[in-house]
Amino acid sequence: MIEFIQLLINGILLGSILALGAVGATMIFGVLRFAHFAHGDLMAIGAYFALTVVTVFNLPVLAALPVAMLLTAGLAVGIDQVVYRRIRRVQPVILLIASFATALVLRSFIQMVWGSSNQVYQTGIQLPWRIGPLTLKPDHLLIFIAATVLVIGVHLFLTRTKMGKAMRAMSDNMNLALVTGIPADRVIMWTWVIGGALAAAAGVFLGMDTRLHPVMGWTLLLPIFAATILGGIGRPYGAILGGLVIGCAMELSTLIIPGSYKPAVAFAIMVVTLIFRPQGIIKGSV
Amino acid sequence: MELAGLGAYALFFLNLVGIYAIMALGLNMQWGMTGQFNIGIAGFFAVGAYTTAILTTGPSDNWLGGFNLPFLVGLVGSVLVCLPIAWAVGRITARLRTDYLAIATIGIAEIIRLFFLNEGWLSNGTRGIPGIQKPFGVGNGGYLIVVAAFVGLTWLAVEIARRSPWGRVLRAIRDNEPATAAAGKDIARFRLQAFVVGSCIMALGGGLYAHFVGFVSPEAFRPLYGTFLVWVMLIAGGSGNNLGAMLGALVVWLIWSSTEMLAGLVPTALIGSESAFRVFLIGILLQIILVSRPQGLLPEKRPPMPGERGASVGKGHSVRD
Repeated sequence: MIEFIQLLINGILLGSILALGAVGATMIFGVLRFAHFAHGDLMAIGAYFALTVVTVFNLPVLAALPVAMLLTAGLAVGIDQVVYRRIRRVQPVILLIASFATALVLRSFIQMVWGSSNQVYQTGIQLPWRIGPLTLKPDHLLIFIAATVLVIGVHLFLTRTKMGKAMRAMSDNMNLALVTGIPADRVIMWTWVIGGALAAAAGVFLGMDTRLHPVMGWTLLLPIFAATILGGIGRPYGAILGGLVIGCAMELSTLIIPGSYKPAVAFAIMVVTLIFRPQGIIKGSV
Repeated sequence: MELAGLGAYALFFLNLVGIYAIMALGLNMQWGMTGQFNIGIAGFFAVGAYTTAILTTGPSDNWLGGFNLPFLVGLVGSVLVCLPIAWAVGRITARLRTDYLAIATIGIAEIIRLFFLNEGWLSNGTRGIPGIQKPFGVGNGGYLIVVAAFVGLTWLAVEIARRSPWGRVLRAIRDNEPATAAAGKDIARFRLQAFVVGSCIMALGGGLYAHFVGFVSPEAFRPLYGTFLVWVMLIAGGSGNNLGAMLGALVVWLIWSSTEMLAGLVPTALIGSESAFRVFLIGILLQIILVSRPQGLLPEKRPPMPGERGASVGKGHSVRD
């Protein structure tokens, strides 16, 4: 039972990281109609931006977080302007290939600039808190609080601002949104800003929880897509729910099967979703 | 480099071009003809390579093996093992949008790699399976003939398929799915068939690869070598055109090999990692092709309709929907 609760705590932690990635991915999916395969690597580069800020200015990680989010959001908009915008009208699937190429370019860029060995934000061992038989690292609580704050921020953005409402409208029904005069280009730009910033946050939290590695984002891409599909494509709230479910399922699965098969668990949930409810928990656009 | 060395390198180079050409032809069946976005090539590649490795090597305590079967049986085994896997993936995604297929295929490829990495009893884990023999005791030169024969056969098969009524239905699905459905074609079934055939061709490429290199380990089936290069080849060569797919394999493998030299010229202090720099270059190349010439070097030509004479050059498919 103790082991179960401990794994559940880890699962919620992983789940909140996945949720941050999945919210961005699902919004890009909803507004631009393509699966963004560079999303994991966008997370990784965000984490590395934060690493540079931490080492150069000797700041704590959470202080570097806004800088990393800003830089990654700028990078995402830049990639969109240089690459995706030009091929948006050709064919949606060409965008997929381009995002796949972007993923590799970003990852090799990380390897070239920061090297391909493991790195950490802080050296030294953080003493975990012991609550009875359970252990909890202070970082975990920090990540959980920060992720919750970000998710609430996204919720407020989507429900209270004009841009957020426009974004949801475009994700819901593209044609109807366009006839009502929603500025598509600006909505797309803001989608990238939000998606990039959230991806960077997810990457930084992942780096705090474990370590930084050039393929850290790529390995989470599949669980993120699984969360996106489970939650319903184009549904930010579904993505949060999906992220938490997938995160907990991945951690709890280690009770039964070897830990190295965690990505397979995410995949299995995704396949089951695709077979029985392809529109996701909250009905998304198929 | 001496002439003999150059010749030996050319043989090595051409063997790999041939193997990649087969995989590009398999992808052309899925993407070029049917518009299915498979980015799990590495998975089918790995299944093919491991199957023949297990079937044809001698006995060992470290992995499942000792069947000592002949080369051709190994290749047939590769294709047969790939068949149900491809069928299952295709079956689940056949009715859904192509994005789902993309996500499902990359997932299955990663899981296949994880499987070979973790199931040591089967595949010897990270250490891989060594000692896979070339058939009939030939060297690289002799093996090139074998590879060339398989490239020729595969090309013939996919070209016949492309010109057949079956191929026409696939292109119709790609270009206009609702119209094809309205014409009474079972879209999901045709898609599934194309996906399975293409994946089996990839597994065949994997089998040939295992016998050429003589060694398989999970490292060779990372998305970069297994999937990404094949995609660059097909897109650069001209998707939809089988000759283009093969030309793409040659050109891209040439560029890929020469980036090795190019990366060698740049001081390592500047770029940190040579292999990363190569991937970076090839990624940028793909982006440039996609933005500037999405139809590739040899654009698709519509094969003549039955009863139609001469070269009827179609408009190609610069815009597909």
